[in-house]
Amino acid sequence: MTLVSGWGRFPVVDSELLRPRSFEAVGEAVVTGSVARGNGRAYGDAAIGAVRTVAMTGFDRVRSFDPVTGRIRLEAGVLLSDLIDTFGPRGFLPFVVPGTRFVSVGGAIAADVHGKNHHCEGGFGRYVDSILLRTGQGETIEASREENSDAFFATIGGMGLTGIILEATMRLRTVETGWIRERVISASDLDAAMGALDAGDSSTYSVAWIDCAARGRDLGRSLIYLGEHAGRGELAEGIDVFPSGKNPGLAVPFDLPAMTLNRTSVRAFNELYYRMGARRAGGSHVVSLYPYFFPLDAIADWNRIYGRRGFLQHQCVIPQAGARAVLGEILGRVAARGDASFLAVLKKLGQGDGILSFPLPGYTLALDFPVKGDIMNFLDEIDHLVVAAGGRLYLAKDARQSRATFEAGYPALQRFNAIRRSLDPAGNIRSKLSQRLFDEV
Amino acid sequence: MTSRKTVIVLGGSSDIGRAAARAFAKAGYDVALAGRDVAALEPDAADLRARYDVVVGLYKFDVLDTASFEGFVNGLPALPDVVISIVGLLGVQENAESDLAHATTIMRSNYEGPSLILGLFAEKLLARGTGTIVGVSSVAGDRGRASNYVYGSAKAGFSAFLSGLRARASRGGVHVVTVKPGFVRTRMTEGMKLIGPLTVDAPVVGGAILSAVENKSDVVYVSGKWRLVMLIIKTLPEAVFKKLKF
Repeated sequence: MTLVSGWGRFPVVDSELLRPRSFEAVGEAVVTGSVARGNGRAYGDAAIGAVRTVAMTGFDRVRSFDPVTGRIRLEAGVLLSDLIDTFGPRGFLPFVVPGTRFVSVGGAIAADVHGKNHHCEGGFGRYVDSILLRTGQGETIEASREENSDAFFATIGGMGLTGIILEATMRLRTVETGWIRERVISASDLDAAMGALDAGDSSTYSVAWIDCAARGRDLGRSLIYLGEHAGRGELAEGIDVFPSGKNPGLAVPFDLPAMTLNRTSVRAFNELYYRMGARRAGGSHVVSLYPYFFPLDAIADWNRIYGRRGFLQHQCVIPQAGARAVLGEILGRVAARGDASFLAVLKKLGQGDGILSFPLPGYTLALDFPVKGDIMNFLDEIDHLVVAAGGRLYLAKDARQSRATFEAGYPALQRFNAIRRSLDPAGNIRSKLSQRLFDEV
Repeated sequence: MTSRKTVIVLGGSSDIGRAAARAFAKAGYDVALAGRDVAALEPDAADLRARYDVVVGLYKFDVLDTASFEGFVNGLPALPDVVISIVGLLGVQENAESDLAHATTIMRSNYEGPSLILGLFAEKLLARGTGTIVGVSSVAGDRGRASNYVYGSAKAGFSAFLSGLRARASRGGVHVVTVKPGFVRTRMTEGMKLIGPLTVDAPVVGGAILSAVENKSDVVYVSGKWRLVMLIIKTLPEAVFKKLKF
């Protein structure tokens, strides 16, 4: 057995890790209690098999690409970073990218990841036309909106529980350049931040970085980043039309001691970050897509900042109506506690596409917490607020929510479970997450 | 219109072979992939075409079938600009200690075959007066170790062959590169205990091969740390070395 964990490094559990080299071997690798794993960027226990974890990053071939339509067929282990580096210079990018480019296509489908454009362009699954799925029952099926559509919509956002995604056909967007025209807005409190996001509804990309150490009148103060793809005409002379994405230069060499992140250091960092951002506010300027979309990728192994015991990410979405009060309450409690992340992320989401997709129209807030003390109880309390407001938590980042929280947040669960049972009557596909939240006990 | 540069990768279906082919295709080379199982190379050829819009040819090549080498080289539609041999077999040292057939296969796969085929290509390139030969050898050839000296000795022979060929070919306009990857996460090393900071992924090796060809490097340790590690290992006195466990 091998000790396996997600990006948050909590929990760390035993699961046999297998690396099949052919699709036949993938099929043979599935025993009762198996789940696929991409590049291991899910934070919690979603990509850890109950018994066996089937690593898919070896499947990284592009099958075909049509440079006229941008339609691409590829194996599920291709990383988005690879897609961007390969097809960016040819004028094509994925429609949707999350906050890190080091996720696999299979993982991006399974979590129906969202980006800074979800409010207007939807999630990753919206641009997937079909999927080659190896079901838990042992069949290999092609699923699309027309063919095996139940399996298709259950697989988008289905956390790998419908089977193992082998290949996908998806559409890439055409871009003139690899640059983003960015506009920064500084918001002095939560009302201003939510107002700025609302006003940014027509921007293709929008996201707010909240200083979650700020309290009282400053509660929710943030920097809002709006963005549009820049055209060739917007670039200065002599600039590369497509900037190169360097591999992370800076790395966190070892686990930082837990005390590095304390109230004083976080407050000082956030004060500096906010002031520097506020100085840039107002005007617009052109930035490379890499820092714009993937700010944390610049630091390799940044998960070690939180120390050896790992960290929890808490990402909720709250429906539009009543969101202001609940977000204010959550941020107030987090600020009073004082041990959350440097920065929290707030953004708007639209309707999700998969049966179990996380997004719903409203605001999503993402926070990091080191694993220590009474954090579990604290987050349970936050979950009560989320559930009462009709919200839910993001499974790709979850390691700890209760069944009750999960079931309250995902009303389409019954339908998902029925489809899952039909694809896998014996219950072969099981992850640590599904054992915790889905499976009958 | 100037014709595009071409590269042939012997051992094209290995992880390092795929990575090298991608690196060269990305740099604008047309690619020939050669391996034992041509059908198994098809998906890699499709991958290269889809990614980089290059011309990809597939050829059958078996490094143990030395009798086929002349026919193989003469059968290529054109002599490539760059020839890369990634062929090799790690084998199982314990088995090779008593199983002569296994030991022979390891020696032939890592020394005899790669040396003969690159030697043959070298003659053709020298006759033309241009070209680059790349042999992927191993740090294991720098000094025989108790745990893998059958493999290591064959790689040592291959490194010596490349070194001699380089000295001779350089006078005829042909450049020879020796690549020593160190630990690489591949099918070959699956399940082995590798030292994290000394281990690289296959794409890093692919990129190192491309830059070695472009920079006309002679001997390349893919991770610079290996040059130091092997310097220390090579200079340890035999009396000390034989007592060490590795």
